[in-house]
Amino acid sequence: MGRREIQLQLNGGDRRVEVEDQMLLIELVRSLGLVGTKLSCDTQVCGACTVLLDGHPVSSCTTLAIEADGKPVVTIEGLADGTKLHPLQEAFIERFAFQCGYCTPGMIVSAKALLDEKPAPDAAEVRHWMEGNICRCTGYQTIVDAVLDAADQMRSAR
Amino acid sequence: MRSARDAKAPVNAEHRVAGTSARRVDGIAKVTGAARYTVDLSVPGMAHAIVVRSTRAHARIGSIERAAAAASPGVIRVLTGDDLLAAGLTPYYGHVVLDHPVLAIERVRFHGEPVALVVAESRREAAEAAELVEVTYEELPAVIDADDALKPDAPILHEQRGERVGDEGMDQGEGGLVGNVCAIATVGWGNLDDAFAKAHLVVEGEYRYPKLYGYAMEPYNALAFFDQGDLIVFSSAQHVYMVRRDLARMFHLPLARVRVSAPYVGGGYGTKSYTKVEGMTAAAAHFTGRPVKLDLSVEEAILTTRSASARIRARSAFAKDGMLLARDFEIVMNNGAYTDNTPLVNSKTANRCFGPYRIPALRVVARSVFTNTVPSSSLRGFGAPQGNIAGELQMDEAAAKLGIDPVELRLRNLVGPGEEFMPGKRPLDADLKDDLRCLASALEWPGAAAGHSIGLGVSASDAGAYPTSTAAIRIHADTSITLFTGSTELGQGSRTVLSQIVAEEMGVPLESVSVVSGDTGVVTYERTTGASRTTTITGRAVQEACRDARRRVRELAAQALEVQLEAIEDTAGGVRVKGKDLSYGEVIERWFGAGGEVLGHGAVRRAEGFAKMPPFYEIGCSGLELTVDRETGEVHITKLTTVGDVGFAINPALVHGQDAGAAMMGLGAALHEELVYDGEQLANPNVVDYRVPRFSDLPDEVVHLLAERRDGSGPYGAKGAGEGAGNTIGGSVASALGRLFGVFPHELPATPERVWRLINESEKGRRPAR
Repeated sequence: MGRREIQLQLNGGDRRVEVEDQMLLIELVRSLGLVGTKLSCDTQVCGACTVLLDGHPVSSCTTLAIEADGKPVVTIEGLADGTKLHPLQEAFIERFAFQCGYCTPGMIVSAKALLDEKPAPDAAEVRHWMEGNICRCTGYQTIVDAVLDAADQMRSAR
Repeated sequence: MRSARDAKAPVNAEHRVAGTSARRVDGIAKVTGAARYTVDLSVPGMAHAIVVRSTRAHARIGSIERAAAAASPGVIRVLTGDDLLAAGLTPYYGHVVLDHPVLAIERVRFHGEPVALVVAESRREAAEAAELVEVTYEELPAVIDADDALKPDAPILHEQRGERVGDEGMDQGEGGLVGNVCAIATVGWGNLDDAFAKAHLVVEGEYRYPKLYGYAMEPYNALAFFDQGDLIVFSSAQHVYMVRRDLARMFHLPLARVRVSAPYVGGGYGTKSYTKVEGMTAAAAHFTGRPVKLDLSVEEAILTTRSASARIRARSAFAKDGMLLARDFEIVMNNGAYTDNTPLVNSKTANRCFGPYRIPALRVVARSVFTNTVPSSSLRGFGAPQGNIAGELQMDEAAAKLGIDPVELRLRNLVGPGEEFMPGKRPLDADLKDDLRCLASALEWPGAAAGHSIGLGVSASDAGAYPTSTAAIRIHADTSITLFTGSTELGQGSRTVLSQIVAEEMGVPLESVSVVSGDTGVVTYERTTGASRTTTITGRAVQEACRDARRRVRELAAQALEVQLEAIEDTAGGVRVKGKDLSYGEVIERWFGAGGEVLGHGAVRRAEGFAKMPPFYEIGCSGLELTVDRETGEVHITKLTTVGDVGFAINPALVHGQDAGAAMMGLGAALHEELVYDGEQLANPNVVDYRVPRFSDLPDEVVHLLAERRDGSGPYGAKGAGEGAGNTIGGSVASALGRLFGVFPHELPATPERVWRLINESEKGRRPAR
């Protein structure tokens, strides 16, 4: 099996790492200590492993690490600015938009991709965008509320 | 009644923190990815295990050829059940009956059963080697369906029953446990035949509830190692003390030398109750001398635990005025290959099917049956959703035939607050009639728009399990407090609610309370984290620990200041002595001179407020409005309403969260979820084909109400939540569909195909053939 060195911008910092060809992106980020990204279904349906690759949400359980070569990767650990939480993280706490928290990293990263693309979504757009993220605890309503709150917060902060 | 939005302030001036939607204490950890679950843990020198699973549903194991796997790169050891036997370990687990092999011994009883374990340096090497383990089988006839398993010529799964080790009198039917019958429960009173003979109306039918997979998103996993002979296991377990007992028995170790710790747990819902992969992982650590990690995939998690399906024959007898005269339930549940929690699930199904109604004559016989399928155990509300569809749907069917409004029919028959409805049990600790009126009003019953239909239902579950709980607090020299609890944080918010109780009792800010939970090496004993018990039962133990610590502080203050005990009074965060306020920290400093702390311990048992079982009833009072696409049979939920009758909501937002989650899980089971056997194998052991609710399943409108009458046995009159809101959802969907089409569906889930058939059959004016 082949190995090669790749270079990526991981949560804003340049990283040069040697990876096996068949290594998955989730294995790479978790091996680098970023274990906030979670594996669940392993078949690209639950969204728990979502990271941003070149700005787009991808399931890191079914993305090869080598695909990240030369690209920016953002994981849940990359959202807060030091101890200052991202507005989505604040809103998830304020709205009780998580319980066990296992889906939450992927959920928040997916929501960030939505707000990056569409800063003022309505509830229907939030539901539609988030369809690829499963939460088994909350029943979803508080997550929709949190994403809408965060969008308001981010727009008013601009 | 309170709604979510006005819950920021305490409901009552006597409280400061209890009754407020305080932010979750695990919030920052969970939104930043910092929260560590067992799956995230690793230790130096850790090896990885992969399970080799049976490819037969029922067979004798001929041979297990492991040489090729053992020689594969990175492999440390290939383990089988015989290794455990040869080493003198107890190779079975089970909290009621010791019949579940850690790894199969001589025989496999379901497709997917663990047969061998490959331990290697890396997970990939273990997985590659696992492919090389060759198992030969002598096939035995398999039985998949519970009714088939009851036939006289059915293959028997357990000719010899495992040793009974359960310490709860939860099973009434030992004498009847013959053939494949795993558990029997009977409930009844009155003269059934007379009552049915006198009836104006008898409603009769057969109802089916599917096998379900809980899909906690963190699959089962564990990390095990030995440290100077002590066994240390981190796992995704709900009941760490129950797992400790199984492991101590397996390795013949004292309880003190087994430590089971559950850090954050990625979803529980009952599915992580009791031992799952901990025995296998610990065995691997034992035989390799290495720390071993075992992470199951979701597909393997589905092959580990499911919930029991049920077939229920029910008859209900009514007088002309709608009063119930008698009910008769015959329940057969498919519990799979091993006992696990079946005796408890079975008896709860019997207790929870007939509703909290006044019934002059009752007979319930519930039997759970071994089959060659994935073993079943706990899942949210266990027994209640299975029985509720029969019990509640017959109320709707009777209402239609008697021409009485279904809400009115329920109101006439419901038991009132303080009324005993099961002889010798706790009287009902809720005003369910008022709850139901509130629900009906919120749903604007009966005024659904054209093409829309409302369904609703009630339930009262004997919840809380056996009320043994302890807790401890340490007051530190700066007046901050650490709480120790054996209750596991599964997402329900136990760390937050229990912190609120400590802050309330001790008069300190919430921010100065921290919680250590779910680690048998550190925290005090807790029987389980299930049956919605934490707030009510653990909460009472926490209150007792706080009172003990306060008593101790008063004693120290009296000694340090050389005053009579009576001269000391409690204040928020300390004591007052002769007009002078001292914080806990100041008392500690004065007594010790330097450093120090105060320890408080609390315990509750089946006595005083918890003398009568159950410790409390968990109320279900939920309903919904739906529409149906008549072309496709697709059901759309336009409104979902829950009434959380929790006595007192110590954290209203967390109660709403429990109600929302339970109701959505109920909707999944009502509309989509079902584990399907195709021959001897599961046809859909993955979350592509087993469809759980997604954002698109969110009802158009969701309303969560609270009923707070301070009538619970927990702190400040609280009682549990987390299951009730979902227990009635299956029945509610069926009843709404029944009112829409004039034919009540008797089988869940109400998939588009089943609904489409229902529509076609209703147009032909007759009941669908199944």
